[in-house]
Amino acid sequence: MNTLVLTVLTLSVLGILLAVILYFVAQKFHVEEDPRIDDVEKMLPGANCGGCGFAGCRAMADALVTRENIASLFCPVAGGQTMKNIAGFLGKTAPEKEPMVATIRCGGTCQKRPKVNHYDGAMNCAVVNSFYVGESACAYGCIGYGDCVSACKFGALSLNTETGLVEVNPDKCTACGACVKACPKGLIELRKKWPKNRAVYVACRSKNRGAVVMKACKAGCIGCGKCAKVCAFDAITIDNNLAYIDSEKCKLCRKCVNECPTGAIHLENMDPLPKEPKVVATPKSEVAK
Amino acid sequence: MKTFPIGGIHPSDNKEWSKDKSIECIDLPNEVMIPMIQHIGAPATPVVQKGDKVLTGQLVGQAGGFVSANIHSPISGTVTSIDSYPNGQGQRLTMVVIKREGDEWVESIDRSTELKRECSLTPAEIIAKIKDAGVVGLGGAQFPTHVKLSIPDGQKAEMLIVNGVECEPYLTSDYRNMMERAEMMLTGIEILMRAIGVERALIGVENNKPDAIAHLNEVIARDAYRGIEVVPLKMRYPQGGEKQLIAALTGRQVAPPPALPISEGVVVSNASTAIAVYEAVQKNKPLIERVVTITGKSLGSTHNFMTRFGTSLDYLLSFSGGLPEGDVKVLNGGPMMGRAIVDTSAPIIKGCSGITILSGAEAARGKESACIKCAKCVSVCPMGLEPYLLSRLAKLQKWDVAEEHNTIDCIECGCCSYTCPSNLPLLDYIRIGKQTVMANIRSRAIANKK
Repeated sequence: MNTLVLTVLTLSVLGILLAVILYFVAQKFHVEEDPRIDDVEKMLPGANCGGCGFAGCRAMADALVTRENIASLFCPVAGGQTMKNIAGFLGKTAPEKEPMVATIRCGGTCQKRPKVNHYDGAMNCAVVNSFYVGESACAYGCIGYGDCVSACKFGALSLNTETGLVEVNPDKCTACGACVKACPKGLIELRKKWPKNRAVYVACRSKNRGAVVMKACKAGCIGCGKCAKVCAFDAITIDNNLAYIDSEKCKLCRKCVNECPTGAIHLENMDPLPKEPKVVATPKSEVAK
Repeated sequence: MKTFPIGGIHPSDNKEWSKDKSIECIDLPNEVMIPMIQHIGAPATPVVQKGDKVLTGQLVGQAGGFVSANIHSPISGTVTSIDSYPNGQGQRLTMVVIKREGDEWVESIDRSTELKRECSLTPAEIIAKIKDAGVVGLGGAQFPTHVKLSIPDGQKAEMLIVNGVECEPYLTSDYRNMMERAEMMLTGIEILMRAIGVERALIGVENNKPDAIAHLNEVIARDAYRGIEVVPLKMRYPQGGEKQLIAALTGRQVAPPPALPISEGVVVSNASTAIAVYEAVQKNKPLIERVVTITGKSLGSTHNFMTRFGTSLDYLLSFSGGLPEGDVKVLNGGPMMGRAIVDTSAPIIKGCSGITILSGAEAARGKESACIKCAKCVSVCPMGLEPYLLSRLAKLQKWDVAEEHNTIDCIECGCCSYTCPSNLPLLDYIRIGKQTVMANIRSRAIANKK
């Protein structure tokens, strides 16, 4: 019994003593911190993905509170509305940024881009890329071992085993940019996100000449320039045998999609334009009169 | 018998497949493709144009800097194209394509076969000749030889080490050179000794080549090559690694990068490179051909071919009855350090000492399972590293920690992957880590300069 009392007493006295010391130390070394940092951190998504360029949400919150001008700070995960709320809370002007989505610019499925060799090393795109061009004959295409899939913290990317390509779920994608850095072939681009996840983009990165592209892949861009000619908005540029659609300038008119001889321009969540444009029919009937 | 102090493995050497095939000269190919990068350093710049007539031995690519090498035409004919073509790994490089017409050589090249031993040139003249001839290390690393021989101020070479180890399984090109062209090799060694101002040279040869050791000793005694000694080494892979060979022969340890062998007073050169040096200095012959071993258990026949650079692999394989049926692995080099080739229309380049063909079954990797922490990889690593850890760090992209654990010391010999009972692709990941850390170090150095 005596031992029990002694133990309880000793521990209690020790506890009180340490609490007093801790109290004075806390007073002495108190750091003045803006309480709004905590509030802003709570408003941020807390994914700590690094998509904003800071080490985590806490660092971002700190920057939002302490910096005068927050126009350059943007959390891609939270999106425009949350940024507006935070800016309103802090009494600053909100950064304006349109929503973005990761886009994988390769259309070389297993059917269109046949495998010409078999790889059995480490299942990692960066490793494959350090050895050679990959299992297909295209040096620019998707390797398909999913470095981007494992880099994504939001489960927005998945490997389609049938096509051998990675697919993006635009509803889950937060445009944090982790996959862009992970892809050794530089296939992934953050593009403007249209309503209903509509998109038009060139699903190819091959800078090879047309003949070389055709040999390796039936879905590649051959740099013929037909798309650039029909584009009314100067959104398409041809560089190094490769077409590129600027997602800021593109108005989703879809004329280029029908022009592309290889189907390298992908159209998502939209119907293509009718193959025979109706406007051509009108002058013909006039001639007949 | 001497060998290096730590690590190493004993793979079956498989040299019996091609070691008794003497060096064969083959009909010249009708077309060659010459990549403008066949060395470590800056790519060469083409100095010919489409439609130009070139002679055998004529300069077609000018070295793009000090650490770079000249490239010469291996045949005579017309330049038909200068464009980008895929190499063995499918990567597109600038290549000069030449269609052959006859075999006319540049006049200054001495094509006689008699040995020319006297050399009265100064070291600077020798190095200049080697540089002009575009000689690079023929052991596989393709490091420009003139850079190696240009000893930095304040350092002094004490001895030359000649690498006749050829520890890579299957390959026999250095062995055939030692057996058939020993006089040229030894004269080349004398010239190299003169170029770096040393009196002593050690030739390291593994004891699985007793006839090469005996033959070299016989020629040295017969023709009085002074200061050159053949040292038999106990067979162990990777004895041909530069640092391992220095440790085996002299007991000296070269410090981690950026230290070079010269900091220990040693210059290392490959045995076949010595022949290229002899031809460059004494015969004015640029580096346009080398011995290439074509080997593999499943091949119709194995050979040691004297091959002009730019010859396509398909052409060489046609003498062995083409690629065997079914899945095969084609390697530029041997099974340990060779790089897999995906396109057999690719050309042979300066660093290609052999082509090894493995059948699908021979080449298949075992099924991967979890690391059991047996530390076998640690005990076989000849650099004293911890491969299981470096591999894991690279997988997790912890580049700074990998740097602390000296990942850049890795010589990529592959002992760790070879020995792993869980069949883990250790080296695959370590190489990524090494490349990334080296890039980080370089960008830091550039940032510090600014």
